[in-house]
Formats: sequence, C-alpha cells, structure tokens
Amino acid sequence: MSAAEARAAPDYDAAPVYQARGLVKRYGRVTALDGADFELYRGEILAIVGDNGAGKSTLIKILSGVIAPDAGELWLDGAHVHLRNPLHARELGIETVYQDLALAPGLDITSNLFLGREERMPGILGGLFRKLNKRSMQRQAAAHMSSLKIGIRSMAQAVETLSGGQRQGVAIARAVSWGRRIVIMDEPTAALGVQESGMVLELIRTVRARGVPVVVISHSLPQVFAVADRIQVMRLGRRVGIGFPSRDSMDDVVAMITGARAGEAEWRPAKVVSSA
Amino acid sequence: MALERLRAAGLMGPILALACEIVIFGSLAPRFATTRNFLLIAEQAMEIATLAIGQTLIILVAGIDLANGVVMVLASIVMAKLAVAGVPVVLAVVAGVAVSAAFGLAEGLLVAIVELPPFIVTLGFFNVAMALALLISGEASIINLPPALLALGDTVSVGGTDVPVGILVMLAVLLVTWYALRETAWGRHMYALGDNLPAARLSGIRVNRVLISAYVTAGIIYAVAALLLLGRTTVGNPDAGETANLESITAAVIGGISLFGGRGSIVGPVLGAFIVGALENGLTIIGVDALYQDIAIGLLVIAAVILDRLQRGRSR
Repeated sequence: MSAAEARAAPDYDAAPVYQARGLVKRYGRVTALDGADFELYRGEILAIVGDNGAGKSTLIKILSGVIAPDAGELWLDGAHVHLRNPLHARELGIETVYQDLALAPGLDITSNLFLGREERMPGILGGLFRKLNKRSMQRQAAAHMSSLKIGIRSMAQAVETLSGGQRQGVAIARAVSWGRRIVIMDEPTAALGVQESGMVLELIRTVRARGVPVVVISHSLPQVFAVADRIQVMRLGRRVGIGFPSRDSMDDVVAMITGARAGEAEWRPAKVVSSA
Repeated sequence: MALERLRAAGLMGPILALACEIVIFGSLAPRFATTRNFLLIAEQAMEIATLAIGQTLIILVAGIDLANGVVMVLASIVMAKLAVAGVPVVLAVVAGVAVSAAFGLAEGLLVAIVELPPFIVTLGFFNVAMALALLISGEASIINLPPALLALGDTVSVGGTDVPVGILVMLAVLLVTWYALRETAWGRHMYALGDNLPAARLSGIRVNRVLISAYVTAGIIYAVAALLLLGRTTVGNPDAGETANLESITAAVIGGISLFGGRGSIVGPVLGAFIVGALENGLTIIGVDALYQDIAIGLLVIAAVILDRLQRGRSR
C-alpha cells in the first residue's frame, strides 16, 4: 500500500468532519426531509443514494448552504455551524460541484479556476492599473490540473470547447483548489459516457488521496460501489440505512432504497465518538 | 496564431465584412477608397461607435440599453445650457457627465437590486431623458456655444493629414475599455456574469456591484459621445439621437456581440459602427437611395444574428 493510499483510508476512529442531526425541511405540506442524519469522516468518499424524492437533493442543499433547514443542527469539525448561504459554506471550506451551475462556458479554464479570486500583478501595474497576473494564474492552473491528473493541454481554452468529462474535471479542480475541507458533488457523472465517468471517478479518488473527504450523490449503484467507502441510503426524507461496498451487495442497498429491508440507520464507528 | 485569436474573439466576420465593403465600393467608385472619404466615414461613425462601446458593456452583462442616444442628447443639452449661461466649460462638462452617470446608476440599481428587466427600465428612462432634454432646452436648439465645448470637433494634423480629434478620443475610450475588459478582474467578472449568472454569484463575485458599474461606466461613455455630438453639430439640439439606441445595438450585433450576454470583443462594435457607416457612405456614392440603404442595414443585422446563432450552435 502506497503512502497516498494509506492516507486515503477513511478514519472512522476520529470525530466526523461534518455532521448533521435531525434535519427537517418542509415545502408547504410536502416534507422533503423528516429528521435526516448525516456524518462524513476524514479520508472517506461517502455516497448518498435513494429514490427520487427521498430527500438527497434537499440534504445536499442544506449541507452546502443553499437552503436552511426548518429544524436540525450541523457541526463542522465538532463546532456548531449555521450556514447563511453557499458563499458562507465556501468560506468555511465546504465546496460544492453543482450539476450545471459551476462554470462560465465562454471563459477559459484559468479564468474559471480563478473566478472571484483573481491574482493581480505586483506593484503599480496591479495596484493602480488592476492588471491581472495572467501568466502566474495560467501556470498555477496548469500545475493544479496536472496534479489532479486531468489531461488538458491548454489552460487558455474556453470551457465550452471541452468534453463533458473535461468540464466536470475543471469544476472539480476548482472545488478542490486552495485546500478545501470538504467537496460535495451533485451527480458528477450524470451526463457522461462510460469512459468519461471512469475519468471522473478516478478524479474523485485523487481528491480523497489529497486528504479532502468527498460526498457524492449518484443514481448509479455500480459507480457508487466502484468509488464509495460508505453509502448513506435515504428514503422518505430520512437516513434509513448505511451500506459498505466492502460488506454489502448491491441487492442489499437496493432493498434499503425500496424499503424492502430495514438497514442500520444509526450506524456508529467501532469506537463511538460522542458528538457535540 | 493571430488569426486564431481574431476568430476566437469573433472579429473575423466584422473584419471580412469591412474588407469586402472596401473592395466592392472601392472598385465601383474610385472616390470611395480615399483617405479623405475614410475620415469622413469615421467622423460620421464615431458617435455611434462610442455609444456602441457603452451599449456593449451593458449587453455583456445580459442587458440592453434603449436610452443611450437620448441620454447622450440630455448630457449635451445640460453641458450646452450651462456653458451658455456662463458656467465654466469644465464644470458644464462635469455636470453633463454626472447627469449621464446618474442615469446609468439609476438603471443599474433598478436592474440589479429591484431585478427589473433592462429592456423596460431603459425604455422608461428613454422617455424621461428625452423629456428632460426638451424641458431644459425649451424645445429649441442651444446656439453660440463656447469653442472649448466644441473642441472634439477640431482636427489635428497627424502626418500631414487633418484627423478629427473626436476619432482619437473615441479610440482612447475603446483602448481603455478594451484594457479593462481584457486585463482586469472586473472585465472577467463582466463576462462571467453575462455568461452564467448563478456561477458568477457562487464564485463570490459581487454580482450587483459589477452590474451597476457596467451601467454607470456606460453612462460616463455616453457623456463622451455627447461631447462628440456637440463638436460635430456645434449646437445643442434636443431633437437629435432618438434612433441612436437602435444604431448602437446594430453596431454591437454586427460587431459580433451576443445579445444573450457574456460574448464578444469590445473592438467588434466599433468595427460594426464603421461597417454601417461605410455601407451608407458607399451606397450613397454609387447613387443608391437612402431607403434602400436602410433595407441593406436591416438585412446586415439579421445576417449577423444568424452568424452568431450558427457559431453558438457549433460550439455547443
């Protein structure tokens, strides 16, 4: 086992990096979340699965600060947090890769990676004339992309000229740049072919190897089993079970999704850590 | 490489169109392809080119400005009225710029904060600015303006040729906006905002601030156009500029600016203004009636939009 892989192993003995208890979200008479729980541990890839309407998206939106829960609490590294909005979540190091929203297709890769945190030239050029340090940003972008093993040659290409998988690669690279704490991905392979999906799954593993835990929503159980360390099964707005690709079969997980079999909704690591 | 860059910036079409005009009209009428005639075209096109630069800033952030022509006229009336009343020209100009920028600020606030559609907001301000220009001027031309206010109508000798100062000023405006859009974070944010608003917002860009700054900057540029207008006509005429809004949009579209926002080079609209100017000039020289000229320009706009659509289709 290489050093990177050793570091990549989930650490279920430590306290969760990110945790939620009893999340409730109602839209009028519809209850989207009905007391959902969530934990994310250091070094793990957690998949969230469930049927349509099970509450996956609502859960992700609360975790990434897009919506506020009606009830329930969040802890980040053991500290209680109230996310005001997605920007606030980002400031706290929670980065989300949205399905379509992430990139400006007309801008080049470097501009997208640095959007909202551009680097200026030193001295009077940057100070008075506000000139961007394009060369430096270009260099950093290229280094960052190659460290994630995303094979795109020119950082000056417009994002819209890239394939779907490459775009997803740029979006993920953006999320993990600047040493973020947690990356959340909403259906990262939804629009991709087999080969490109494989590329994105590999990238998710690379992100974990850098020490950033990943939450992935996915409809594809084979992909979930290929990449996840742990699976959280949602049903009717709650967490109804937790599966391990190393222990459970796909049929077990399907049974939990459909409600044919009850799972262990209150799974705790071997060494139980009291939360909060 | 240089060609590739031009293509990527969407400037190949406009440059080819301008080249075609020069070749065609040049071969039909020897009088067309002369320095003197080119300067004439430039002098007629520079106001629209300047308005189109401001218009483009607003289109880039997915807006549209229907008021720019009359705001320019209002600014020119304010400057002329004050100058004739004995206010120092510098202060009169500052007042005109302030009025023009204030319109931009009001439009920007309504679009960004109140989230009204730019079309409606600027249509409203079109009426407001036009009425104010008529009220302030007393519905009459303001004459006997001090020479200092007409300075942009002067010419300077460049290598033995008398070049209108206004053209140099227009080029300076182009250079500054080109730099700001290409080399600063503000420029990146303008494009990002027009291209994908939710993404820009999630990137931490202060979207409202950028939106409002686009309208205010455009307003300041319209005040420059007001000075060009005064320099060319030598009077403050409240009836001018009613169709300049559409002409500036025409120039932007012909120059490869996407009306959906976020796409195109700021150089394009200036080329677009020159393409229209050269077309009118050339058709006049070869003796085509003005109404047929309008038909030609209308068809040119539609062709430009079809080209834009085709290019977008290809890149998706």
